[in-house]
Amino acid sequence: MYPASFEYVAVDSAEEAIDSLAEHGDREVTLLAGGHSLLPMMKSGLASPEVVVDLGGVDALSGIERGDDATRINAMTEYAAVADDEGLWSDNPVVPEAAAAIGDVQVRNVGTVGGNVAHSDPAADLPAAMLAADATIHALGPDGEREIPAADFFQAMFTTALADGELLTAIDVPHLGSDDAAAYVKKASPSSGYALVGVAVVLETDGEEIADARVAANGAFDHAMALEPVEEELVGGSLDDESLPERAAGRATDDVESYLVLDDEQASSEYRAHLLEVYAERALETAIDRVGDGSNADG
Amino acid sequence: MTTDTHEITLTVNGTTRELRVEPRTLLIHALRDELGYTGPKVGCETTLCGACTVHVDGKPVKSCTMLAVQADGADVTTVEGLGEADELHPLQTAFQEEHGLQCGYCTPGMLLTALSLLEDEPDPTRAEIREALEGNLCRCTGYQNIVDAVETAAARMNAAEGAD
Repeated sequence: MYPASFEYVAVDSAEEAIDSLAEHGDREVTLLAGGHSLLPMMKSGLASPEVVVDLGGVDALSGIERGDDATRINAMTEYAAVADDEGLWSDNPVVPEAAAAIGDVQVRNVGTVGGNVAHSDPAADLPAAMLAADATIHALGPDGEREIPAADFFQAMFTTALADGELLTAIDVPHLGSDDAAAYVKKASPSSGYALVGVAVVLETDGEEIADARVAANGAFDHAMALEPVEEELVGGSLDDESLPERAAGRATDDVESYLVLDDEQASSEYRAHLLEVYAERALETAIDRVGDGSNADG
Repeated sequence: MTTDTHEITLTVNGTTRELRVEPRTLLIHALRDELGYTGPKVGCETTLCGACTVHVDGKPVKSCTMLAVQADGADVTTVEGLGEADELHPLQTAFQEEHGLQCGYCTPGMLLTALSLLEDEPDPTRAEIREALEGNLCRCTGYQNIVDAVETAAARMNAAEGAD
């Protein structure tokens, strides 16, 4: 399989990329990050951009920067770098755990965090993790920079809050407190490795009480979504309540119309809805088990 | 659509090569069709099977899912760079002795992914070997002998290292 022909533009800076998007705005133009979503789509004919702007040479868009309250993951950082980052595992493991669940070694060496999040593939692993982490997405466009909360970012299948001509430059992942815990678990498609369902959890605790909870799912809907009824059930609950994970997970599709659950050749919507409850329960149990084990301790 | 070409430089197995490619040329095709390195294989073409695995700047990647222009300036290692026919790499010897292959189509990719594992983790467990090779499919062996081969190679490379 060969991609169709296209014009190739290599840029050295994010600003140059924005200029290039504007310059070619009257044609079908796309950004190339790691290419592990774009190139398969171009090879299969699902995407046929006329102009491809390659961000591979933009060194400033790569790397992980640990701040006091949050860690910045620049857009062109490969999954492997996030999956291997000890600071992130300590400060908010939901993101590296999701990154480690993507594809395989070779895919993780090339695919990028920014490309993944900007693509908003419903079955990708990072979007739910970004929702649970309450991450902030940084975008650069012709009018300058802006910040978008993850909760407002994922809008539909392959559709995000990014405007035409805008570039995702970085994602800030807030650090968890020492009593908080997080987890990402998934049921991978046996053939593709993408998530049939994936569930990301962040629990903020106060003693034995769950003070706040963010739970989000990949794979089940047309885009990554928070499971709000699950969160409601958890908040105010006790870590000692052994029936809580099952009870909360059982509400995963409470406020979702059944036709919104993805239904395809890999899994019927009924099966996916069931998987979602099972994996939500596992994610909650995993996160609860981690509370107080020190893996999220600041510093 | 214009078919403009780009001049790129690839250092393949230590030899610097310059070539002109269309932007849409995939790295696997540049290596095989333009430069004659037929070790990496065209398998599924969908980033799943790993038969096209090569190292780019020291890391295993699937060369069917990278444009040649993306690899401009990179160091590339193919299976041809692993050993010579009369001086095989310990991984190659171990795959041969442990029957880690039957048809051999997946083997170049398997070897390069396994090499990367042993560079990072010289003494991997069987579970770590299986996880590392997750992105390389074999339809002949059932994988048992491949895991055996990587274990054997690791033990020999560690023994050789210890003897130095």
